[in-house]
Amino acid sequence: MLTRDNASMIFDSLRRHTSADEVELLVAGSRSALTRFANNTIHQNMEEESQHISIRVSFGGRTARATTNKYDEASLRRVVQSAEALARVQEEDPDLLPMPSAQQVAQNAADSGATAVDRYFEQTAAITAQERAAAVGHMVEVARHHALTCAGIFSSAQIVEGIFNSQGVADWYEQTQAEVSITMIGETSSGWQKVNSPDVAQLDPARMAEIAAEKTIASQHPIELTPGKYTVILEPSAVLDAVGFMFWDFGGSALLEQRSFLNDRVGTQLFGANINVWDDVYHPLQAGVPFDGEGMKRHRVKLIENGVVQAVTYARSSAQRMRQSEIAGKVGPIKATGHGFSLPNEIGEAPLNIVFAGPSRAETQCVEQMIASTERGILVTRLWYIREVDPYEKLLTGMTRDGTFLIEDGQIRGGVRNFRFNESLIHMLQNVESMGEPVRAGGEESMDMVVPAMKVRDFNFTETTKF
Amino acid sequence: MKQIAGWALETARLRGATLAEARIVDERHRALATKNGRIGNASDAESMGIGIRVIADGAFGFAATDNLSRAGVEACAAHAVEIAKASATVKAQELRMAPEPAHQAEWSSPCKIDPFSIPIEQNLELLFAIDQELRKNKGVTLAEANMNFRRYEQWFYSTEGSEIHQTTVTSGAGYAAHSFEGTEIQKRSYPNSFGGQYQNRGYELIQELKLLEHAARVAEEAVALHSADQCPEGVSDIVLDSSQLSLQIHESIGHPIELDRVLGMEANFAGTSFLTLDKLRTLKYGSEIVNAVADATEGHGPGLGTFAYDDEGVAAQRTPIITNGLFTGYLSSRDTASAIGAGRSGGCLRAESWNRLPIVRMTNVSILPGPDPLTREQLIASTERGIYMETNRSWSIDDKRYNFQFGCEIGWEIVGGKRGRMLKNPSYSGITTEFWNSMDAICSRDEWTLWGTPNCGKGQPQQVMGTGHGSAPARFSRIKVGSAYKGNT
Repeated sequence: MLTRDNASMIFDSLRRHTSADEVELLVAGSRSALTRFANNTIHQNMEEESQHISIRVSFGGRTARATTNKYDEASLRRVVQSAEALARVQEEDPDLLPMPSAQQVAQNAADSGATAVDRYFEQTAAITAQERAAAVGHMVEVARHHALTCAGIFSSAQIVEGIFNSQGVADWYEQTQAEVSITMIGETSSGWQKVNSPDVAQLDPARMAEIAAEKTIASQHPIELTPGKYTVILEPSAVLDAVGFMFWDFGGSALLEQRSFLNDRVGTQLFGANINVWDDVYHPLQAGVPFDGEGMKRHRVKLIENGVVQAVTYARSSAQRMRQSEIAGKVGPIKATGHGFSLPNEIGEAPLNIVFAGPSRAETQCVEQMIASTERGILVTRLWYIREVDPYEKLLTGMTRDGTFLIEDGQIRGGVRNFRFNESLIHMLQNVESMGEPVRAGGEESMDMVVPAMKVRDFNFTETTKF
Repeated sequence: MKQIAGWALETARLRGATLAEARIVDERHRALATKNGRIGNASDAESMGIGIRVIADGAFGFAATDNLSRAGVEACAAHAVEIAKASATVKAQELRMAPEPAHQAEWSSPCKIDPFSIPIEQNLELLFAIDQELRKNKGVTLAEANMNFRRYEQWFYSTEGSEIHQTTVTSGAGYAAHSFEGTEIQKRSYPNSFGGQYQNRGYELIQELKLLEHAARVAEEAVALHSADQCPEGVSDIVLDSSQLSLQIHESIGHPIELDRVLGMEANFAGTSFLTLDKLRTLKYGSEIVNAVADATEGHGPGLGTFAYDDEGVAAQRTPIITNGLFTGYLSSRDTASAIGAGRSGGCLRAESWNRLPIVRMTNVSILPGPDPLTREQLIASTERGIYMETNRSWSIDDKRYNFQFGCEIGWEIVGGKRGRMLKNPSYSGITTEFWNSMDAICSRDEWTLWGTPNCGKGQPQQVMGTGHGSAPARFSRIKVGSAYKGNT
């Protein structure tokens, strides 16, 4: 794996090859492994070690990037030439800022809310293929015990990311990551669980297998219900996969380009008063790089307070453009929040470390309490193949999957055939009746988040499928 | 390259592998984009490395590295064998491979003009000209245009004796006009949404797309959608343009015929399939006029699924998938073909790059055009009442591939064989086999386009792959329309 010292030496070498006004180096490397199983058999099993370096050059208002994983002098010279060739032919962009200096980064970080994070766990980095296989073996034993088959993954990774620029910025981040996901499959039903953490010790594959098996058994022989509006209890993974679709709109660039559902809505009571959301890479249940694509420290940003959108995230350039725009007075606080993607890019910035605040201890309800208080409703384990139908109303479609249950009179009555939903996120977050304690959840459609389970009234199911 | 691969194969053999394959990949990608008069992207990327797949103790192992030194490659190969042996400790059935002869071959995709030879300023000039043309219409609030080129060179060697060198050049381009007004964001794209059109060709594709010529119309339609009527909710005949039909094929034919899904190997992520083994040659998938193939051969055209050999050295093939409405074939690999007793793989094992394990993938899954001359306008003229829908805006389907819902960017009502009022937010939904059995007309060869889907996600870790889909405008009777907005208007 690349070390900070090695990366720094590569940066020094790159600087010798360029005549650009400014130069920036991004480094990313990983050693990752993933053991995949299905039909109670490990059928795919891989490990990969790779790293790449990505150089950005800037000539006045012109910038471009080139990336390689070849480190010999000739390749380094070539990658610099590629970036320069792409940059030199451009028209000057008056909004392109000079690269930040170390001093500017430090000044901007002063009110970021940054705290030290340590997400590197040796026990995660050291896990072997044999150990992953043994854990899979335990999950398969659970499947066999219940006369089911299982499919899933056990993955682990070490990740490094670094940034260096010719204005003195230098930062480095290392993290480990482990994840288990399992689907238990019966004749007529299935159940699912997924957990990830930087610390592999936080994962309990056998327990996850048991929960997935319980869901499979409890949802067998599903009945078909008429589509319509139902009270739903969304487990945290279902919440995260749905709400993830709106946070890409919480960026200054999205507002400036009028592609955000927050156009004309910042500062308004858009959601229920019980919705409070932060972007917070420093949260103990969060993970990820604490600096952005230009090396700016990420800020803790209060995005939604009591249902009112308070702020969006910014890169340096989008903050500057927003200050000069006609809508500057209508979008809340404007400052570079350390959420920019590496330049050049088409998105601008986005919050990537979403943390929902839970209700007060007295108001917090676990899923079992939500079920007990529901006269008739649907419990949803997981959502699938979610896509945006309407960008301004944030109307989403998708399916339920791997554990969908009918609740009647405060009890789970059994499984139901999966539904298609067409539901507005705005509507959904106006109708949250109760929430659980926020947890770190993983899904398949969105970045990992800290989210609670939610009980939502009038959730709009429009069709059913055949299983 | 042969020497590097040799280090891998020999090490794997000595460590106990009964089969070893080495894929060395050297790829280059250029991405250019503009956005509202500014550069959105200007980047080059290259990557090179080796992926080593082995069978040891009757199970698969895979390891990849970008360290191509002898020590690096040998360590990687040894590690692949260790991983395979770990895999073998959790095994419910034996791994068997359908036979494939060893091949020695050189192949390159057809490329008249190397896209990397085109001056960058020429590309940016075209993108900025499109951007300017789109924004001439004051209702356009966001103009996006992009161009992407990729050169992918692969050397494949196996202990069975295959030595295959393939080079593929891919080009693609497209643009979109967005319009925000009141409480609506509308969008029109050309030549297709989500990046445009992609094929395994050189810059000649970009020239043929006539990008600038369509920009004014695309901008006008994006703005006009604000004053169009909402697509009604109910049941209607629909006519789909070929780009929308290509995505319908991708989702409701291409994915369910993947044999790894059918066999449960993707159950945790991408899902399974309703096309269980008992359905082969018994299921009436579509109406009599539905004929579909999976065709990776050059004769099918320069699709994103065209190659000479797949990523385990199996020669490209044409497999009948639906024949006069009857379900007749799967997409397979050597292990999945063997698992169902097929004599040979269908040649569909593909990897995103050197660092990913190859998995069953679509090649070019295409619907064949109708035999009799029929243009899109003639198809609309022969439709008494219906809705014509164009260009995908949203797509979703369940994890067994039964229930789907698609939204399109624009629609028009058809009354008495004529295209009438514009409809905004058109959508349709249904059950896969019911939908394909309702197809009652399809246009002929001159309306058939081999579309590229450059962004198909599958696998864990997820891999993005390009697939090809030939299609022509077609008509479907009594389809549920407008349900996407049901309960939300």
